[in-house]
Amino acid sequence: MNPLKELHIEMIKQDFPILNQKINGKPLIYLDSSATSQKPKQVIDAIAEYYMSYNANVHRAIHTLGEKATLKYEEAHEKVAKLINAKKEEIIFTRNTTESLNILAYSLGKNITSKDNIVVTEMEHHSNIIPWQQLCKRTGAQLRFIPIDREGKLDIKKSPIDKDTKVVSVAHVSNVLGTMNPIKEISNIAHKFGAYCIVDGAQSVPHLKIDIKDLNIDFMAFSGHKMLGPTGIGGLYGKKEYLKKINPVFFGGGMISDVTEQDAKWADIPNKFEAGTPNIEGAIALGEAVDYLESIGVEKISRYNKDLTQYAMKRLLELNNITVYGPENGDRIGLISFNLVGIHPHDVAQLLDKEGIAIRAGHMCAKPLMRTLGISAVCRVSFYFYNTKEDIDSLIGSLKKIQEVFK
Amino acid sequence: MIDMYQEELLDHYKNPRNFGALSNPDIEFNDTNPLCGDEVKVTVRISSDKIQDIKFDSRGCAISVAAASKLSEVLKNKSLSEVKKMDNKEVLELLGVSISPIRLKCALLSLRALQKGIYKMNGKILEE
Repeated sequence: MNPLKELHIEMIKQDFPILNQKINGKPLIYLDSSATSQKPKQVIDAIAEYYMSYNANVHRAIHTLGEKATLKYEEAHEKVAKLINAKKEEIIFTRNTTESLNILAYSLGKNITSKDNIVVTEMEHHSNIIPWQQLCKRTGAQLRFIPIDREGKLDIKKSPIDKDTKVVSVAHVSNVLGTMNPIKEISNIAHKFGAYCIVDGAQSVPHLKIDIKDLNIDFMAFSGHKMLGPTGIGGLYGKKEYLKKINPVFFGGGMISDVTEQDAKWADIPNKFEAGTPNIEGAIALGEAVDYLESIGVEKISRYNKDLTQYAMKRLLELNNITVYGPENGDRIGLISFNLVGIHPHDVAQLLDKEGIAIRAGHMCAKPLMRTLGISAVCRVSFYFYNTKEDIDSLIGSLKKIQEVFK
Repeated sequence: MIDMYQEELLDHYKNPRNFGALSNPDIEFNDTNPLCGDEVKVTVRISSDKIQDIKFDSRGCAISVAAASKLSEVLKNKSLSEVKKMDNKEVLELLGVSISPIRLKCALLSLRALQKGIYKMNGKILEE
């Protein structure tokens, strides 16, 4: 079956109240889901329901509301774990991908010395560069980059991973190029040299059926708000044996098994890493988001998004005076970055907004990649399963108009 | 679609006036707008505390380039103290289009660069 016909988009769209509105007099076409996805009413309702009917702090509450909140909070760990084939205790709730990566940079960083190196790639988001840069500044370790080739794929043959590499941290899907990186291959190389393999899953978890065992990775960071959940909730997956071994970064309530005046012992995982009152409603709503994704089917969503992305690529390449970044065929999901010759991305975005079309324009929090590409900014369109071919057609029509204006 | 991008503004974007850099300038200042990645270099020659000649080497979005171009046309013969007092309103009036709050930095980049340059020449720093 044609993947673009596999989903009942008109029914799905009804679950996203925000999409049913006009912007500047035109029906909203939201093409910025890589920045943050829209939320179905089931997720929005879950937040309201928590506050309307069982708001209470989690853990150690011996009353009905507290028990229900705790149960739902724990359940959310389970749902997220199941989504990526992990164990419940291997999921730590954080604020977002950035926080998850910072936790790792601190915790794994304790054993890094000036003889070591950390490897990332040329296509990373700032959130997977700066925490490691700072770690390297603290320890004197070296930060190395796997380069990209002309097509916008990783040039694994030129990988700088060696026996002194302690951490390899790679985006699963690039937030600029849309490239799907060969994580299995990279984790094999990392493990061969005894390094941890970390995956930035911010752009992949919303779109791909992920099996962390199959990928054979040690840690993965992701954000709830890019996969139908609210902002302020994200996750860190870690292999059980490593999470047990490494130290927490935040200290305080809820993360201990015993405390004396001069010392403390940590609770079991994941509690050890979740100090303080967590984002309870965020976690519960993320659990609801996972239910929603599963109810449609992550594989179906994945096929749909790949096809929609390919359709958008085909239509964009029909335009004159356009530069598209990243692989043109396959190996890409969810987003396309481009530039119209002679028109600044912010002007493109502003004019599209007049047509009710929301896209992102700028450096995409990937300045080193922008330098590699020799540009300062791009236009990025990104898709989710509530978008349609008709949305892409409207985009193309408006881009042609903009080219006329600037002619 | 084009109310914010009128013909006249686009003309200043496509053919910016006083574009480039002066040789041996009395003031030279580079500034960037991290939002759009706009870049501007302003060079100024001064004679008895007035702007004798000015050029902007501006690269970036239509708003920032057009603002620099339009500014360059009105700045000649203005005194430095007058330029230091110029505010957002004057630039927006020059542009003659409504600018959304998020793009204000684009519109003001060139004036800010010039003002920072004047302060720097006097050994001071202009706070944002």
